[in-house]
Amino acid sequence: MSATDDGTGGSPKPRLLEVQDLHVEFRTREATANVLNGVGYHVDEGETLAVLGESGSGKSVTAQTVMGILDTPPGFATAGTVRYRGEELLSAKEERRRELRGENMAMIFQDALSALNPVYTVGFQIAEQFRFRRGMSRKDATAKAAEMLDLVKIPNAKQRVKEFPHQFSGGMRQRAMIAMSLALDPDLLIADEPTTALDVTVQAQIMDLLDELRRERDMGLILITHDLGVVAEVADRIAVMYAGRVVEESDAESLYKRPAHPYTEGLMESIPRLDQKGEELASIKGLPPNLADIPPGCPFHPRCHRAEEECRETVPELHELRAGRHSACHFAEELISRD
Amino acid sequence: MTDPGEGRQSTLSTGADAEGVDEVRRDSPQQHEGSPEVGSKPREKQRGLWGDAWLDLRRRPLFVIGGLIVLFLLAIAAFPGLFASGDPNAQDLSLAREGPSAEAWFGYDALGRDIYTRVIHGARASIVVGVLATLLTVLIGSLVGLVAGYFGNKTDSFLARFAEIFLGLPFVLGAIVILSVFNAGIEGAPGMLRVMTQVIVTIGVLAWPISMRIMRSAAIAAKQQDYVKAAKALGASHGRIIFKHVLPNCIAPVMVYATIALGQYIGLEATLSYLGLGLQNPVVSWGMMISNSQQYIISTPHMLLFPAGFLVLTVLAFVMLGDAVRDALDPKQR
Repeated sequence: MSATDDGTGGSPKPRLLEVQDLHVEFRTREATANVLNGVGYHVDEGETLAVLGESGSGKSVTAQTVMGILDTPPGFATAGTVRYRGEELLSAKEERRRELRGENMAMIFQDALSALNPVYTVGFQIAEQFRFRRGMSRKDATAKAAEMLDLVKIPNAKQRVKEFPHQFSGGMRQRAMIAMSLALDPDLLIADEPTTALDVTVQAQIMDLLDELRRERDMGLILITHDLGVVAEVADRIAVMYAGRVVEESDAESLYKRPAHPYTEGLMESIPRLDQKGEELASIKGLPPNLADIPPGCPFHPRCHRAEEECRETVPELHELRAGRHSACHFAEELISRD
Repeated sequence: MTDPGEGRQSTLSTGADAEGVDEVRRDSPQQHEGSPEVGSKPREKQRGLWGDAWLDLRRRPLFVIGGLIVLFLLAIAAFPGLFASGDPNAQDLSLAREGPSAEAWFGYDALGRDIYTRVIHGARASIVVGVLATLLTVLIGSLVGLVAGYFGNKTDSFLARFAEIFLGLPFVLGAIVILSVFNAGIEGAPGMLRVMTQVIVTIGVLAWPISMRIMRSAAIAAKQQDYVKAAKALGASHGRIIFKHVLPNCIAPVMVYATIALGQYIGLEATLSYLGLGLQNPVVSWGMMISNSQQYIISTPHMLLFPAGFLVLTVLAFVMLGDAVRDALDPKQR
C-alpha cells in the first residue's frame, strides 16, 4: 500500500491524482449551495480508492470536477486544486483537458443504459475512439472493439459488437461501458456507482472485473459508492464524504476494524447482517444538511450521538491520527483507542 | 423486393418467417469459426447509423410505397412533357368547366384549359417550392436549434429570442413585406425561377423558428442524457457530440414536422399566388389551381378535386417516407 508517505507535496514523484481543498458551488436563482467544501483525496498508480457517502455528499460532483465534465452553470469550482501527475487541471485549457479525457483518465457511470448512445451499436461506440483518436480504419477499429469486449469478458464478442445497447443485459451493458472507457488505456479510472443499478450477483462480477483490470493495467481506480459492502474486498483506501467534505480517510482494513468518525460508524452499523436477523436495522437518524445552509461547527453534529458543545461551534479539521489515518472528528482519538 | 437480409446487421428482430430462416443461416458460420467463409464476409462489416437505416428501410413497405410515389412525382416534375404533351395554357372557352371525359381525363377548368395537363405541369413549381422550402427551414431551424439547445445559457436565450421575433410575424403579412420589397423596382412580371427562389426564401425566413424550437427542445432533452456526459468524459469535442451523439437522437420529431410542413408550404405558395405575390400566370402550380377553383367548388368540384388530390398524394408520400425513416433511425424499432 502506498499510503505510507502521506506528507503531502513532499514526495519526489507526483501523485497520479491529487485533489486538494476543492470547493464547488451550485448557483441557482434562489440560493447558492455549497456542494463541496474543501474536499481532498489522492490516488496512486495501481491503487483503489473508495469514496463513500450518502446521496448528495458530493462524491459524484468531485469526480465530475476532476474529469472536467461538471455542468457550468450551475456548478462552479471556486477554490482548490486538482492535479494529475502534478499538472494543475482546474486552470488548464479546455483543449488540454479534453486531450487527457479518455486517453489518461476515464469515467464509467451508474446507469450504463443511458450512458450508451441508443442509436449506435456497442461496437461502433467503442470503435469511435480508435477511429478518431488513433486514426484507425473502421475495420481495424471494429476489430479492436471486439477485443475490448472480449477483455471485459463478454461472450461471443465478435457478434456482440454489432448489437445495440438495448439488446444487452444490465451487467453486459456495464461491461461494455467499462470496455469503452478503457479503450485508450487510461491510467486513472473513475467508476461512479458502477454497480448500483445491477443485481447483487452481477455486482460482485463487475467489482471483480474492475479489480482485475486495475491490477493488470496498474491503473488508479476511484470507486464511488454508497455501499460499504461493495468495496470491502477491493478498496485499498477509503475516503468517507459528508456534506461536501472528507470526514475520514484511512486504509480499508483499519477503517473496517475501527471507524474514526461517528458517521462512518453509523454507515457500518446500517449494513444488514445475518446474525442480527429480526432486530431492527440501525440507521443514522435525521437527514443530511441542506447544502445551502450548512449548520455551523461540525456539519454532522445534528445527527451525531456524541455531539457536544465544541461540535456546535468549531469545525473539526481533517487531521492525521496515525500513519494513513485521518479523521475530521473532535473525538477521533477516543473513538480509535476505545475498546 | 429482393432479399435484403443478406449482410444486414444482426438484430433481434422477431418479424416474419423469412427472418427465422435468415437467423439460422446467419448463425451457422459461427460454428466453424476461423475458416474464412465467403458468406460471412459482408456481415463482418460495421455500418454506420445511416448504413443500418438504409438496409432497414429497404424492407419497409411504407418506405417502398412512399418512395415510389415520390420518385413518380419527381419524374413528373422533371419531365412533364413525357406525361402530358399538350400546352397547359391552351384554352378553349367552349369547353369551360366541362367534366372528365375520355379526351380530357380530369376535365376542363373555367377558362377551358385541360386540367390533366395543368396538374402535370404544375407539379414542378409545387414540388420544388415544397421540397426546397422544407429543406431550407429544417436546415436553418435544426442547426440553430441544436446550437441553442446544446450550449444553453446565454447562447440559448439569444437564439430563442431571435427566433421568437420571426415567430411573432404573421406569415402573410411578413411575406407581403418581404416579397414586395424584393420586387419593388421590377417592371412587369418577374421570371419563374426568380419568383420561386423568392417564395422559398420567404418561407424559409418566416418558418424556420418552428423547426428550431422542436430541435431545441429535443437537444435540451438529449444533452442531459448520460451518453453525452460519457462522450465528454471520453474526450469528444463539442462538434462530435453535437453531430454524432445529440443530432441522431433529436432527428425524429423534426422529421415528422418536416413531412407535415411540406404540404403546408405547397399551400402557402398558393396563398402567395392568390395575393399576387407568388407565382403568376402563365406559370402553373397546384396551389394556383386550387385557389382558382374556389368559386366553382359546388358547381364544378373536379376543378378542385384533381390538383388537391395530387397535393394530398404528395404530402402523404412524404409523410410515409418520413415515418419510415424516423423508425429506421431508431434501433429499438427495428
